[in-house]
Amino acid sequence: MKVPTPSDHSDRKDEGKGLAMSVISVSHDASLDAAPATPDFGPADRLICRECGASYSLGAAYACVECFGPLEIGYNFGTVTRADIEAGPSSMWRYSCLLPVASYAGTEPNLNPGLTRLVKADNLARALGMTGTLWVKDDSGNPTHSFKDRVVAVAQSAARRLGLNTIACASTGNLANAVAAAAARGGQQSVVVIPSDLEQGKILTTAAYGGTLLAVKGNYDDVNRLCSELIGDPLTADWGFVNVNLRPYYAEGSKTVGYEIAEQLGWRLPQQVVAPIASGSLLTKVDKAFREFVSLGLVDDTAYRVFGAQATGCSPVAAAFRAGHDVVRPVRPSTIAKSLAIGNPADGPYALDVVRRTGGVIEDVSDVEIVEGIRLLAETEGIFAETAGGVVVANLRKLLASGQLDPAAETVILNTGDGLKTLDAIASEVGPTAIIDADVDEVTAVLARTSVADVTEGR
Amino acid sequence: MAVSIRIPTILRTYTDGASEVTVEPSTPTLAGVIEALEAAAPGISARVLDEAGQLRRFVNIYVDDDDVRFTDGLATPVGEKASVSIIPAVAGG
Repeated sequence: MKVPTPSDHSDRKDEGKGLAMSVISVSHDASLDAAPATPDFGPADRLICRECGASYSLGAAYACVECFGPLEIGYNFGTVTRADIEAGPSSMWRYSCLLPVASYAGTEPNLNPGLTRLVKADNLARALGMTGTLWVKDDSGNPTHSFKDRVVAVAQSAARRLGLNTIACASTGNLANAVAAAAARGGQQSVVVIPSDLEQGKILTTAAYGGTLLAVKGNYDDVNRLCSELIGDPLTADWGFVNVNLRPYYAEGSKTVGYEIAEQLGWRLPQQVVAPIASGSLLTKVDKAFREFVSLGLVDDTAYRVFGAQATGCSPVAAAFRAGHDVVRPVRPSTIAKSLAIGNPADGPYALDVVRRTGGVIEDVSDVEIVEGIRLLAETEGIFAETAGGVVVANLRKLLASGQLDPAAETVILNTGDGLKTLDAIASEVGPTAIIDADVDEVTAVLARTSVADVTEGR
Repeated sequence: MAVSIRIPTILRTYTDGASEVTVEPSTPTLAGVIEALEAAAPGISARVLDEAGQLRRFVNIYVDDDDVRFTDGLATPVGEKASVSIIPAVAGG
């Protein structure tokens, strides 16, 4: 396959810039139809409103002119084979032909995320009384230690195609890390906007990559609102907000989690998946990935159930699920799981649709249970998850206890980030077994006081 | 009573490109503000409200700094010199 030199596509630099977009099937304003020819987005050929189905040409747009509904990428996939994918790079770019990116996107400077490990979690399964195989899709292994590197990689590519020189984001922390690092590697400017009360680890690990970091006095929803208002301001004319005006592209990066699960299981779907819900996007994209693999004939169409996991302190989607609602009433978040603390989750209704369609459940757990979940995963599998991972493990336990999740079915749970980012959450819960002098007798005394099992489990 | 409304990029085709519109509503509620906005920018209210006259699912409106879904929705009081923002919902990270 030909990899274009920069001169091959440098003339596309200004195409599709800004919010202007041409409407294909609906049109209110002739000036909107003046956008230039579409840049190279690989198999993607349009933007489609998820609510009303209006379609638009590809550009930096995220909301439908008709109904404000979110725009999603439309594709015209050619034939895709397992062999094509298996011959690809050892990163998410092996699925380039299924993403809104040019075929050469993976060769441009980026963090090359993805293809993280799928860990068979026998110890955790045993601890929870599961007889079916349990897997942890461990996305803490990405370059900045969360699944956000995947979505940013696609958004970064879209920014290049659209001639946007600065990549920006509103973030609960993980995305901040991913954007700042990707921009550093990609030679782009970054502007990252976060709530000022984020975990210190996430602030420092963003600042380390350079770029502009704005800590806003407010919560994530305030930050998101600010970014929405900045769009359209001349100040941000050549900015791509990865999770706002580049969101249709960005969100597609999450599909690679689902693709990888299916490929790593030997080209088949699991029976159950437990995913965290913040905006609800990841959960819906994992489902979308499975559906695409089925429709492309890459896996058999076997039944699976998708379960959603929230923290009780920010559980608007779980509440809507229990109440039988298909709209999500926003809440004001109050939970240690800050990476899931989105009180007004725009993809919540779609997460509800997926969970209901597949026969799953959405549950929520307390902050105490989240910490227990973090410790359980660490102590059984040596995987130190951030709070979102604790939310997933704790919800898995709760769903098993209530009989809502089948303990005999093969299950994949998602760990989306690294526990080193949220040390505050467990700082008061774990510590040394004993503080002693450098003396063999003291070691002997400590071991005598503590059962071998407790010591080996690190309690 | 003058109320300023921040208009998102997506709706500026209705306001001749203006990012902010000032209206004088006859009733001091959000519903009154939207009615006055419709008079100033015909067609815009159908983008914000659905066929049943309710706020569309993917539109967020703030009166001063409060999301009206946390207050009284379209009945939210809008005082003298209040600022109203209309913002498409986006999801996060």
